[in-house]
Amino acid sequence: MSCWDTIQDYGLRAIGIGERLLPREDFTLCQQVTLIGSGMIWNVYFGVFALITGFFLATALAVGKASPRKIFRKPAEWFIFIFRGSPLFIQFFFGYFLFLNLKSVSPFFDPFTAAWLGALIVLFFNTAAYSGEIFYGALLSIPKGDTEAADAYGMTGWARFRRVIWPTMLRLAWPAYTNEAIFLFHATALVFFSGFPAWQQRGDALYYANYFADKTFNPFVPYPILAGYFILLTLIIVAIFGYVNGRLNRHLPREAKPKLRLRPNLIR
Amino acid sequence: MACYLTTPKHMSLYWSVLTVLLLLAVTAPVALAFGFGGASAARSSIAPLRWFGKSYIAIVRGVPDIAFFLFFVIALDQGIEYLRHRALCPDWSEPIRQGNDFVVCQAAKMPLGEAPQWVHETYGFTLAVFTFAIVFGAFAANVLFGAMRAVPHAQLETAAAYGLSRRQTFWRVLVPQMWVFALPGLSNLWMVLIKATPLLFLLGVEDIVYWARELGGTKTSRFTEYPHGDWRMWYFLALLVFYLVFTRVSEVVLDKIMNRLTHGQATAGGEAQRKAAA
Repeated sequence: MSCWDTIQDYGLRAIGIGERLLPREDFTLCQQVTLIGSGMIWNVYFGVFALITGFFLATALAVGKASPRKIFRKPAEWFIFIFRGSPLFIQFFFGYFLFLNLKSVSPFFDPFTAAWLGALIVLFFNTAAYSGEIFYGALLSIPKGDTEAADAYGMTGWARFRRVIWPTMLRLAWPAYTNEAIFLFHATALVFFSGFPAWQQRGDALYYANYFADKTFNPFVPYPILAGYFILLTLIIVAIFGYVNGRLNRHLPREAKPKLRLRPNLIR
Repeated sequence: MACYLTTPKHMSLYWSVLTVLLLLAVTAPVALAFGFGGASAARSSIAPLRWFGKSYIAIVRGVPDIAFFLFFVIALDQGIEYLRHRALCPDWSEPIRQGNDFVVCQAAKMPLGEAPQWVHETYGFTLAVFTFAIVFGAFAANVLFGAMRAVPHAQLETAAAYGLSRRQTFWRVLVPQMWVFALPGLSNLWMVLIKATPLLFLLGVEDIVYWARELGGTKTSRFTEYPHGDWRMWYFLALLVFYLVFTRVSEVVLDKIMNRLTHGQATAGGEAQRKAAA
């Protein structure tokens, strides 16, 4: 069987298209690369959607935490503390079993026990809490002159937030937010190791890498492949976020533009 | 209820909490030592040592994921068995990798096949500690490396002017002063380390995640004698609270230490303390 056939059979295996049975013996390098790569579809799916939805909640949380009113501040503080103070791994488990219990209450919760929705919700809350803290820090360090200028122009309320505070906040938070995005994509690898079942063996990249490592007792092939995919993914994220960073700071002279400094972390 | 909470399985759960605490207590100093070694190596004046330190920091920090944990434990295990195999069974002619299997002679098995259960558990735990220490050692090395560079250069020049040797300068001037710069990074690392402990579960140690799953569930026939339904949700809620409390306590303690260390330092924090006292 040529490599092209393998790609046709297993290229979209992770979303259920193609050959149903996973290879059982005589694993070729091509099969490993293809299947682990097809698992990356899930990692990208979780990462992208959690990041996009989390962004809005994070903004709300940051504004809430910076609010002088207690009824806004306290819930935001608690939300951020709970999701930043406990391991994501435990959150996944708790979320899964919570949804499992809710399922018996109402059939409405049926899809929540599947990874595509349940794990996405946990990741969404988690990234919202982490980015919320980043945005909050940025809100606190907005130069006083900027808000004073907005006041001097007579801007209030929504216009002041939309045109002055929010863009400045994003500009200040962007390097840290890039790191958070990278963490998030790495964290997606935890999904299928934490209660959420991989239905019909449609798992993410780490699920397949682990499958191969278990079957062959040889970790030296699948995990480096996985690492390679993740490094590639990280580079793509850095490129996209770097482009946005340039756009956010397009009014600044060239030397004053803040550079993205990457500090990839390991675990959240 | 009191009876329910003291079944043998629950006792195992409590022991596994201690395992987690033990892991933290052992890993933190070992990782710090690795970090200290790495940072000292990275700023050494001997080139190979410097390259070694820098590449240690770069490689471990660059590899992205928990994949590192999964990979490293098997790799370490096979590495040890391979070395013992070479040393103990020199007249073994078959290849070690037979297709998909990793085969070593009986005497080289680690731990030995007939060893009691606790040896296996201790061995697994040691591997886990070692893996954690290597990974977090690299992060700590990076923090300490930065902290050593943050110590004002004038301090080192003064030490040199007083005729201290390089070694004396390092131990008597640089090391005592770097902690205040290192502590924010190290405390951040400690928080990350706390949150990394559930990954023990992935390394095959029977930790709290394992027992919470076992105890709460009714699916496994072994536990049907427990008079409740699916309580895994509550067990994991308890774990969540455990970690939150632990994080909070650490925050408070680390703040106290930071206060102590800042005392009398020529930093913004130390200046603020001096003004507040005056």
